[in-house]
Amino acid sequence: MNLEKYILATITTNRNKVGSGLGVFYCDTKEEMETVTANLEAILDGIAHLLSEDLYVIVKH
Amino acid sequence: MTEYTLPIVFGLLTGTISRLFMLRTDYRQYPTYLHGKIIHVALGFIAAGLGAVFGPAILEEEFTAITFLTVAASQFREVRNMERNTLSELDNYELVTRGRTYIEGIAIAFESRNYLVIFTALVSTMAYLLFNIWIGIIVAIASMYISHLLMSGGKLKDIVDIEYVEPRFEGAGLYVDNIYIMNIGLPARQKEVLRYGMGFILKPKNFNARSTIANLGQRQAILHDVATALGVYRDSGTPALVPLAKRDLDDGRVGVFVLPQDRDIDKALKVIGDVPTLENAIRMSTEKVGMKNES
Repeated sequence: MNLEKYILATITTNRNKVGSGLGVFYCDTKEEMETVTANLEAILDGIAHLLSEDLYVIVKH
Repeated sequence: MTEYTLPIVFGLLTGTISRLFMLRTDYRQYPTYLHGKIIHVALGFIAAGLGAVFGPAILEEEFTAITFLTVAASQFREVRNMERNTLSELDNYELVTRGRTYIEGIAIAFESRNYLVIFTALVSTMAYLLFNIWIGIIVAIASMYISHLLMSGGKLKDIVDIEYVEPRFEGAGLYVDNIYIMNIGLPARQKEVLRYGMGFILKPKNFNARSTIANLGQRQAILHDVATALGVYRDSGTPALVPLAKRDLDDGRVGVFVLPQDRDIDKALKVIGDVPTLENAIRMSTEKVGMKNES
């Protein structure tokens, strides 16, 4: 099976929102979260999607 | 020099001229370069030769000459393969891809143009042989005109109404009118998208058009043509800045979101209206079920 879309990284300020995993980044503030997301988006060539106020995922399409 | 030499040369000339006439480099930018053109003119010349010798062969009662045409058919199918392969290879490096349906449409056009060349050469040689050169010229011009009519397909503006709509965000969701396009998370990206993005709503004029614009290949062709004509605000490694066309499942309208470099609404409306309706995307649902063709 070919996976067409997959989550490359998860960025959050809320430790309760995601479990553990290699691609999970915890941030202290919203600003930090946005900077980290912008960098990861550029690095990973994925799209940053906002799932809720404090949770971003980067998805390869 | 036999009695057939001049008519055959005449047929060769008219056929090649009609190929040149149909070989236009337009906004689709294909074929752009000299070598690509030479290939097509040369193949057109071969096609013209096949068409031109057909008439004399029949007059000499050499009926086996018809087998030549089968050789021609397989030869020009090869042309289609060649075009398809070249364009598919190039498509990987386009910022906004053409899509396979569009490529197949172009490839079919290249094949069929060669048959039209055979037709032009055939009828003009025959007219020269049976009447005289003047009738031959008239027939050649008429068949070139017919070829031209056969080559120009439908345009998108014939089947849809196009309307400009400013794209907007609801939370992280990007919308064109009420059609959801995609989720863009970063505020900085959202600003870029609002600054450069343009939205269009394509409203199908009838039921058949609804299925035609639902075709993914047709939608990709729209995005590609807009990107070609108006430029695109995008680079490799910025997948968030991707032009997209999504469908309203309720009424079949299509929301087109594009990021052109040149944000001119009138130009964009014209470009979208002039997008060809792809042969392979056209659906005629009403022909089958005998229902009324209303939207």
